[in-house]
Amino acid sequence: MGELATEKHVQYILSVEKKKDDFQSVVMEHLRMNGAYWGLTALDILGKLDTVDADEVVSWVMSCQHESGGFSGNVGHDPHILYTLSAVQVLALFDKLDVLDVDKVTNYVVGLQNEDGSFSGDIWGEVDSRFSYIAILCLSLLHQLDKINVEKAVNFVVSCKNMDGGFGCTPGGESHSGQIFCCVGALALTGSLHHVDKDLLGWWLCERQVKSGGLNGRPEKLPDVCYSWWVLSSLIMIDRVHWISKEKLIKFILDCQDTENGGISDRPDDAVDVYHTYFGIAGLSLLEYPSLKPIDPAYALPVDVVNRIRLGKRHAI
Amino acid sequence: MVPIRLWRLPKQDFSELMGYFRAVYRADERSPRSLHLTAEAIAMNPGNYTVWHFRRLILEALNVDLHDELNFLDNIAESNTKNYQIWHHRRWVAQKLGTDAANKELEFTRKIISLDSKNYHAWSHRQWVLQALGGWEDELDYCHELLKEDVFNNSAWNQRYFVITRSPLLGGLKSMRESEVNYTVEAILAHPENESSWRYLRGLYAGDTQSWIIAPQVSSVCLKVLGSRINFVFALSTLLDLLSHGFPSTQAFRDAVDALRVPDDNQTDSNLAKTACLILERVDPIRVNYWLWQKSKLPQ
Repeated sequence: MGELATEKHVQYILSVEKKKDDFQSVVMEHLRMNGAYWGLTALDILGKLDTVDADEVVSWVMSCQHESGGFSGNVGHDPHILYTLSAVQVLALFDKLDVLDVDKVTNYVVGLQNEDGSFSGDIWGEVDSRFSYIAILCLSLLHQLDKINVEKAVNFVVSCKNMDGGFGCTPGGESHSGQIFCCVGALALTGSLHHVDKDLLGWWLCERQVKSGGLNGRPEKLPDVCYSWWVLSSLIMIDRVHWISKEKLIKFILDCQDTENGGISDRPDDAVDVYHTYFGIAGLSLLEYPSLKPIDPAYALPVDVVNRIRLGKRHAI
Repeated sequence: MVPIRLWRLPKQDFSELMGYFRAVYRADERSPRSLHLTAEAIAMNPGNYTVWHFRRLILEALNVDLHDELNFLDNIAESNTKNYQIWHHRRWVAQKLGTDAANKELEFTRKIISLDSKNYHAWSHRQWVLQALGGWEDELDYCHELLKEDVFNNSAWNQRYFVITRSPLLGGLKSMRESEVNYTVEAILAHPENESSWRYLRGLYAGDTQSWIIAPQVSSVCLKVLGSRINFVFALSTLLDLLSHGFPSTQAFRDAVDALRVPDDNQTDSNLAKTACLILERVDPIRVNYWLWQKSKLPQ
C-alpha cells in the first residue's frame, strides 16, 4: 500500500489557492468560501496551516460579510448560510472568531429558522436538512445555540428520518450519506442522538462499503472518496465505526491520490480537486492515520480547534 | 433560447460579460436588458447563485410570464441536472404558477429521471410537486415502471414508500401492506441480493414488529432464498432480525441454514441465530465486526 503524499498535497492545495484565472477557478469563484474551508482545514490536519498568511485570509473572509450578517461565497455575491458556516469555520481555524460581531451573525442565522423548525438557506427559502446542521453548527461555534428554537429544529431533523434508519433532505426524501451526516451531526450537537436508531443506521452505513474498500452514498452507487467523510463521521458519532473495514478504506483513499502532482480524486485515476482532497484527508484523520491531526466528526474541524472554542466558553462564563 | 455557444467563448469574453452583469447588479437595474444578461451569465455558469437571485428579482419586477421561465429552465436543466440553483429556481417558479404547473413539473422530472434514474434533486422536486401541487394518481404505476426497468433503483423504492405512506388517494401503510408485501416478495425472489427490496419489506412493518414476525410471506421468502443457497446474505440477516424479535425457529429453517455451512465452519452451534452469524462472518468478511456484534448480543 502507498503512503499519504503529504508534501505533494500541501503544494497542491497552496497552488489551487493561487490559481485565480483558469476556467475552473472562474466557474468556482462564487463558492470560494467553501473552497477556503476545504483547503485550509486539510492544511491544518496536515499540520501546515502556518504556510498561509492568516491576516490575508481573515481580511478576505470579512470582506465577504453583508449587512444582514451573512457571508457570501466570495466578494460581490449574495449571502447564504452555506458560506456563513464556512466563514465561521475558517475564522475558528485561525483562532480569529473575536473579529466577528457575534450578534450580527447570530441574527442572520436565527432569521432563517422557519415555523416548523427547519432552516432556509437564504432569503429565497430553500429548505433542506443540510441547512439545519449548518445553522446548529454555526451557532454552536459562536456559543449562541440557545438563540434558536432547538426543540423545533430537532423535531424537523427527526421528521427526515426514514424506515431504513437513514435521513433525507426533507421528510420522505431518500436516505443519502451526505444528508445522514448533516442530520446525525445536528442531533449530536444538540445532544439528541437518542432519536437515532443506531443499530439500524449503523448497519445501513456499513453496507455502504463496497468490495474495493470505498464507500458509496446510497445502495448500488459507485464509491467516492467524499463518502469517507460523510459515512465515517456518521458512524463515529453513533459509535459504530468498527463495523466497516478500516484497512480497506485507507487503501481506497490512498489509491485515489495523485502521487505526482498532489491532490485526491473521487475514485482511482480520476482528476483531483480540493473538495475530494479535503474529504480524503479528513477521512484518513478519522481513521487515525499516522501524523494527522484528529478531526472532530460533528464540528468538521480539528479537535484542538474545537477544544479551544469549548474552553473559550468556560472563560466567557 | 439560451445562447449555448457562450460556453465556447474565450475567457476574456466571459470576464467581460460578468463585468456587465456586476454593473447592472450593483445598479439594481431590473430591466429586460438585465434579464437577458442573467440568461447569458447562467448559460456560462449555472452554479453562480447570485445571478439566479438577481434574475428572480427582475422576474418579479417585470412581471414576466413564468411559463416562459419554465421553458428557459428546461433548456439549461438537462445539461445541469445536479445543480442546486436550477432546481431551487424551478421550485420558486412552479410555486408561483400553482396547480397549473403540476403536470408539467411531473413530466419534466420524469424526463430527467429517465436520463439519470437516481438524480436526488429530481426526486426531491417531484416529491415537493406531489405534496404542494398534487398529481398523485399515476405515481404508484410510475414507481412500478421504474422498478421494472431496474429493480435495484433505491430511489424508486423510496418513492414507492413515499407514495404508499403519504398519498391522500391510498389508505396508508396498513391498508397497502398485503399487496405491497406480495409485490416485494416477487422482486426479492427475482434478485435476492437486492438490499433495497429487503429494506422495503422491513419498512412495510415499521412500528409493527408483531405482524412482522408472524407474517407467513416474510418467513417463507426467507426460507426460499436460503434454500437456493446463493445470494442469501439479506435473507439470513432478515432471519436474524426475526429471531431477535421472538420468531420461533422451525426445523425447516434449521435445515436450510445448516445446508449453508461449509466444512471449514468447524465451529458449530445448536443455536440457529448463532449459526447464522457464523455463516455471515464468513460470506461477508468486510462487515465481520457487524456480524460479530450481532452474535454477541444473542442470549447466551
